[in-house]
Amino acid sequence: MTTLTEAPAPVEERAPDRKPRRNWTPWVLLLPGLLWLTVFFLVPILTSVSASVQTGDYDDGFKLTWHWANYHDAIADFGPQYYHSLVYSLLTTIVCLALAYPVAYFIAFKGGRWKTLLMALVIVPSFTSFLIRTIAWKTILADNGTVVHTLNSLHLLKITTALGWTVGNHVLASPAAVVCGMVYNFLPFTILPLYTSLEKIDPRLHEAGADLYCSAFTTWRRITLPLSMPGVIGGTLLTFIPAVGDYINAQLLGNPNTTVVGQRIEDLFLRQTNGYPVGSAMSVVMMVGTLVIVMTYIWRAGTEDLL
Amino acid sequence: MSSHDVLGRTEGGDLRLVGLTKRYGSFTAVDDLSLTIPQGSFFALLGASGCGKTTTLRMISGLEDPTVGQIFLGEQEVTDLKPYRRPVNTVFQNYALFPHLDIFENVAFGLRRRGVKDVKKAVTDMLDLVELGHLAKRKPTQLSGGQQQRIALARALINQPQVLLLDEPLGALDLKLRRQMQIELKRIQTEVGLTFVHVTHDQEEAMTMADTIAVMNHGRIEQLGSPADLYENPATTFVANFLGQSNLIPASVEGEKDGVVSVSAHGQQLKVDTSRCRSTSGKIILGVRPEKVQIATGRGEVPDGYNALVGGKVVDTSFIGVSTQYLVQMPSGEELSVFEQNTGRAIQRPGAEVVVYWDPSQGFGLEGSQDIEAGAEVDEEAAA
Repeated sequence: MTTLTEAPAPVEERAPDRKPRRNWTPWVLLLPGLLWLTVFFLVPILTSVSASVQTGDYDDGFKLTWHWANYHDAIADFGPQYYHSLVYSLLTTIVCLALAYPVAYFIAFKGGRWKTLLMALVIVPSFTSFLIRTIAWKTILADNGTVVHTLNSLHLLKITTALGWTVGNHVLASPAAVVCGMVYNFLPFTILPLYTSLEKIDPRLHEAGADLYCSAFTTWRRITLPLSMPGVIGGTLLTFIPAVGDYINAQLLGNPNTTVVGQRIEDLFLRQTNGYPVGSAMSVVMMVGTLVIVMTYIWRAGTEDLL
Repeated sequence: MSSHDVLGRTEGGDLRLVGLTKRYGSFTAVDDLSLTIPQGSFFALLGASGCGKTTTLRMISGLEDPTVGQIFLGEQEVTDLKPYRRPVNTVFQNYALFPHLDIFENVAFGLRRRGVKDVKKAVTDMLDLVELGHLAKRKPTQLSGGQQQRIALARALINQPQVLLLDEPLGALDLKLRRQMQIELKRIQTEVGLTFVHVTHDQEEAMTMADTIAVMNHGRIEQLGSPADLYENPATTFVANFLGQSNLIPASVEGEKDGVVSVSAHGQQLKVDTSRCRSTSGKIILGVRPEKVQIATGRGEVPDGYNALVGGKVVDTSFIGVSTQYLVQMPSGEELSVFEQNTGRAIQRPGAEVVVYWDPSQGFGLEGSQDIEAGAEVDEEAAA
C-alpha cells in the first residue's frame, strides 16, 4: 500500500519543477551565430535597403525620403553591367561544370589511394590570395605569353575576336580573359560538391549498368549522372552565386566594355559623393535577382527527388 | 531442353569455359579452368573465399578479362565481348539496385536499354513471378533485404539471358530468409528453365539448389558432380572435409579381393569397396561420414561384415534432440565423430568404452599422400 501512495508523488513534485528547468542549451548554442548574423548580415542588409530609398550626399547627409526613383536609376542606367554580370557568371558556371565533372569523376572512381592527395591538390591553390592568383592571369594571358602566341599561330584569335570574346590580337582586357579568371578562381567550388556526390556512388552500380546493356556512356547518362545531380546542383550554385557578385576578375582582366555590376557599385560607393542610394539600390536588385534565379533553378531541378 | 522455353527464348547452348586463367600480378586467382555447363542446369561454384569462384563468374559476365582462355556460349565465342554485349545477366552480391529509379524502372532497365518499347507487360509479369507486383512504385531503399534480392533477380531475369549468374545472392540475408529464398530460386529456375550459375561459399546452399556442383580450391576445380555424388564419393580430402564432415583415417592397403579392398588402420582390419576407392595400393585415407557410423557397447552388437573399430572412448556427447553427436577417441589418439539419430537408444556418456562400426559399402578411400585436414578449417572460416 505504501508503495502505491508513494508512486505518484514524484510526478506531482516534478510538475512545478519543470518551468525553471527549461532547457536553454540550444538557445545558448545558437546565440553566438545569431549575434554574428544580426550584426554582420541583418543590420547591413536593412541599412542597404534603407539607403536605397534615401536621398542626399556626403556633405549634407542622407535622408530617408522613400525615393523609389533610385531603383529606376539603378536599373535603367546600368543595363550592360547587369548583362555582363549575368553572362559572365553563367558562362563561368557552365565552363566550370564542364571542366570539374571529369576531374571529380576521375578522382572519385579512378583515384584509388591517391584520392585524398588529388583532392588536396585541387584545393592547394586557394592557399594563395585570390587577388594574387587573379593578377597571375595577367602574366599568363599577356601579349608576349605562350597562350597568345599559340592562339595567334593557330589563327584562333581572329575567330575569337570576330565573336567578340577577345579584342584585336590580345586576350588580356577582354571578356574571354574575365571568364578565364573567373573559371580558374571558382573551379574548386564546383569540384568539391561534385566529388562528394560522385564518391558516394557505389561502383558496383556501374557494373550493374554494364551488365544490363549500357555502354560506358549510357551507364554515365542513366546511372552516374542522375545520382550525381545533387553534386551538379550544389557545385553550380556554389560557383554561380559568388561569380555573379565578383568584380575583381572584371576589374583586373577586363576592359571598360566588360564592366560588371560590382564595379559600378564600388564606383558609386567610393568615388561619388551622392552615390550611396543608387549603389544600395543596385545591391538590392542584384540580391533579389540572384535569389530569384537560384530559387527557380532549385525548383526546376527538383532536388528533393534526387536522393 | 525444348527449343522455346517459358520466356520464348530460343536455344542458346551450353556454356563452355576453356583453359580459363586469371592472374593478378604473381597471384593466380583462376588456374586453367575448363568446364562445360549444360544449358538449363542449375550449376554451383562452391568454395571458400579467395578460391577464384567469383573471379570465374566475373569473367563469364565480362566484368573481368581472362589472362588466358576462352568462353563459349553455344557455338559463339564471347571471351572478348563487352559485358553489355553478352547474353548473360548477373544478380550481384549486394543487389546493386539503382537507387534513383523505382522498382518498376529497375526491372525495366535492361529492356529499355535494348530499345524495347512496350515494357509494361513484361515488367508486370516478372514482378508477379517474384511476387512483388505491389511494390512497383517503391524505391529500392524502401524494400527489405529479401525483397531487394528478388528485385535484383527480376531485373536480371527479365532480359531472358542465356545464362544467369548469381554472385552469393543470399549472402546478405538471415538464415530463415535464406532457406526460403533457396526454395524460391530453385522454383524460379525450374519455371524459366534458364542456365543458372551460382557462386557460393555455403555448401548447404549449393547442395539444396544445384544440379551440379563444382568445388573450387586455389583457382582449380577439386571435384565436379551432383550433390549426392560429391557427398557420397568425395575425390579428395578437401571435398570430404569442405562438404559436410568426414572421419578420415590413414590406412595401408593389405590386399584386394572381389571388389573389396582390405586395409589396416592402427592395427585394426577394415574394408572398403574398390569402386569407392581413388587409390587401391600403398597408403590410403579411409573416410566415412559421421552419420553413417554407429556406436555399440561391445563387439557382439556389430553385425557381420561391418567395419568395426574397438577400444574407443567417448570424450564428448552433445544431445541435440533429433540426433546425438559423439566424439570418440581411438586408442591411437584419433578422434572420430558419430552422429546417431534419436531412435531411442541409450545415450553414451563421456568416458564410456565403445565400439564404432559402419557398413563397408558406405566408406570411401582417398589417395594417401594428401593433407588430411585440407578443407576443414576453410569451412569454419567461410561459415563465420
